[in-house]
Amino acid sequence: MAQQILNGVFVGSIYALFAVGYTLVFGVLDILNLAHAAVFMLSAFAALALTEHGLSIWIAMPLGILAGGVIGIVLERLAFRPLRGRSDSNISGLISSLAVATVFEAIALQLFGPDISRFPQGTFPDRTIAIGGASASLLQLCIVGISVALMAVLTFLLARTRLGRRIRAVAESPRAARILGVDVDKVIALAFFISSALGGAAGILFGLAFNSISPDVGRSVELKGLAVIILGGMGSVPGAVIAGFALGLIEVFTVAHVGSSYRDAISFAVLFIVLIARPRGLLGRAAAREA
Amino acid sequence: MTLVLANVSRSFGGVRAVDDATFAVESGEVHGLIGPNGAGKTTLLNLISGLIPPTGGTIELEGRRIDRLPPYRIAALGVARTYQNIRLFGGLSAADNVVVGRHLKRRAAPFWRRLLMLPSARREEVRAREAAEAGLARVGMRERARSQAYGLSYGEQRRVEIARALAAEPKLVLLDEPTAGMNPNEAAAVARLVREVAGEGRAVLLIEHNVRLVMEVCDRITVLNFGKVIARGTPAEVANDPAVIAAYLGDGA
Amino acid sequence: MDLLLAYEGLIAFVGINGLLALSIYATLSCGQLSLANAGFMAIGAYTGALITLHAPAVPFIVVLLAAALAPSLVAVPLGLPVLRLRGVFLAIATVGFGEVVRLVFVNWDFTNGALGLVAIPQRTHVWTIYLALAVALYVLGRLRGSRAGYALEAIREDETAARTMGIQSTAYKLSMLVLGAALAGLAGALEAHFTFIVSPAGYGFGRVVDMLVQAVVGGAAVFYGPVIGAAFLTVLPEVLRELGARLGLSPGPFRLFLNGVILLAVILYLPSGLASLPQRFRRRAA
Ligand SMILES: Nc1ncnc2c1ncn2[C@@H]1O[C@H](COP(=O)(O)OP(=O)(O)OP(=O)(O)O)[C@@H](O)[C@H]1O
Ligand SMILES: [Mg+2]
Repeated sequence: MAQQILNGVFVGSIYALFAVGYTLVFGVLDILNLAHAAVFMLSAFAALALTEHGLSIWIAMPLGILAGGVIGIVLERLAFRPLRGRSDSNISGLISSLAVATVFEAIALQLFGPDISRFPQGTFPDRTIAIGGASASLLQLCIVGISVALMAVLTFLLARTRLGRRIRAVAESPRAARILGVDVDKVIALAFFISSALGGAAGILFGLAFNSISPDVGRSVELKGLAVIILGGMGSVPGAVIAGFALGLIEVFTVAHVGSSYRDAISFAVLFIVLIARPRGLLGRAAAREA
Repeated sequence: MTLVLANVSRSFGGVRAVDDATFAVESGEVHGLIGPNGAGKTTLLNLISGLIPPTGGTIELEGRRIDRLPPYRIAALGVARTYQNIRLFGGLSAADNVVVGRHLKRRAAPFWRRLLMLPSARREEVRAREAAEAGLARVGMRERARSQAYGLSYGEQRRVEIARALAAEPKLVLLDEPTAGMNPNEAAAVARLVREVAGEGRAVLLIEHNVRLVMEVCDRITVLNFGKVIARGTPAEVANDPAVIAAYLGDGA
Repeated sequence: MDLLLAYEGLIAFVGINGLLALSIYATLSCGQLSLANAGFMAIGAYTGALITLHAPAVPFIVVLLAAALAPSLVAVPLGLPVLRLRGVFLAIATVGFGEVVRLVFVNWDFTNGALGLVAIPQRTHVWTIYLALAVALYVLGRLRGSRAGYALEAIREDETAARTMGIQSTAYKLSMLVLGAALAGLAGALEAHFTFIVSPAGYGFGRVVDMLVQAVVGGAAVFYGPVIGAAFLTVLPEVLRELGARLGLSPGPFRLFLNGVILLAVILYLPSGLASLPQRFRRRAA
């Protein structure tokens, strides 16, 4: 039982970290960024390539996260900014982000090949720690710790800083924010930087956790991430955090009590039920349904 | 009585946009609905056309409750409308917009006929298109029939929207500031059209900020302020009502 | 002879992909982004393959009709709740549906789980595919200008305004979801009886993305646009395979890269798709 909770928290922390970035962009732009999973994957590869060149993971990780953020800015310029102001921008934005995701995936395929890549031996010290009746590896604990720390930083940033206030203002109403003198384009670019850096961090941690990275590694997480942001309420960062941990726990308990073949089905069942029964999610503000 | 509202209310969160409104509109009558900005006029139209449900009270059309019906059912009972912030189908031509407006007047199941290329389907389509052109001619827009709606000027768009509403041959027409943004000539033409429509026995509920036009066109007027009906009567009665004068001078209710 | 066989495959896939792109177009034509079609396709493919494998005597036309009917029947209970969602929420819910369908087939022993069904007799010919495509194009083409066609355009432009004009939008949206499901199921069965196999891996999220990309690149504003997109994106990689090899790029990533770049270019610079190109040139010339 304790072991299951621990495992659930561990998986959930990665889901949550992935989803907070996902939901942040949705909150600001009202657009689903389907390239988020591709950034997740590219950052993981970036960190992997750096460790292969002999860098310590403690240097490779921040650099990989930074790379994720920079890719996010590129993504915004390529796929989202040109569509701003178009009436169908929430569907065309979804499609253009898909296009960029495809390009990213093609680049990764070309550079790293379709097979699973692994971090070099000894990237992370192999140590097991007992907590209560359960045991966890040092790596797992670090992953939970890093995820929680990053989400705390994001929460602080949104709640307490000038940039956070501006992001919230743009999310509320870009028009009003512009009138108040906010440089909307810059704020959106920064939101993409933050979102993609967090998505990249999730990718690196995921790659470390399962020691397997491939160009389609983002696919499964992408759909899980959708379930999380729907459950949490589109655009709600705290909602995504809670829902991420919830989904991790639900999955682990499903595997233990129902069987592993239904693990993935759970997230879709959650997604479906929430959309139909409570389209605002747990803490959402966006109304999913037409008036 | 065509339309009867009894104690209709609608709140948004804490705001009572419409507060216990009671009034009636008869067929053949142009009924003005006026009031300062934010008085709840558009909300009232949204309630009648079924876009939002009331939080209290009842709305009846020819003796039948409509306040819980979906918009398409209310339309089928003979209610058509225009919008304050024009809602034409921007990608369609002016004529196609009006053809859509005739949706309810067209026969219900012609698609299989069309699939078989039956001449009856063809004829029905030609009739629909001719009716649309005639409707456009009535608002002086026949030459622009083929133009895309979003390329039209503001006043032209308003006129197409009126034609689209009338295409359904409704019993009750709801017009939300139909002359906003029009020049005096255009506005006068709309005023004439509104009288003409009422002359056909239809009921018209007209929201209008142009006081002179309201006084000229309307048979009766209801005045809203902060969601409440503060006065009703003939144009002359309303114009001399102290509560109305106070509301318009900004003293509040 | 080898060459002819190679081309037969390509021609067949142009037709099948055309049907699939049309299945996405069906819902796009009334402004709904529904991504359930890989799931519908899977249901059709499995239905068709199972009938053929267990009752070989059933005529192929009946098999195809059953393959179109089965996903349509699923589309009704799916659509009733889901079509009330707007924009991306509909897309997300339908992606979820598609994955659930895939996972059901992965876990179902009767359909041989993740391995799927193999050794399905070849019953699809190129002409069968193109006959189906022609019928689909005819039906969708006839919609244009009809009362229903106008209603669909109105819903796409402004659903709320359409509803106040007496258009029962839910019924129209549901009909188009059902039609799209039928087309996807039909395409699935045609493909299954052409490639001999069905397996859950063929009906993942990537498959529906392909359909959407083809529909959008071709242009979802007119009924023939999606077929143009499907033909273009199916044939182009074959044509460029040579070029990619010369540049030292492996064919897989190169195809993916092109798909992405073309999609991006179209959505940014040619929002009505390739089908709108002739009109553009004419306007420029005028
Ligand atoms: N969907 C909504 N959600 C929240 N508040 C609303 C909504 N619609 C209207 N309101 C509020 O209800 C009140 C009445 O608005 P309404 O648009 O009906 O006024 P109006 O009389 O049409 O004004 P105007 O002359 O400016 O068109 C306003 O305070 C408005 O902010
Ligand atoms: Mg108003």
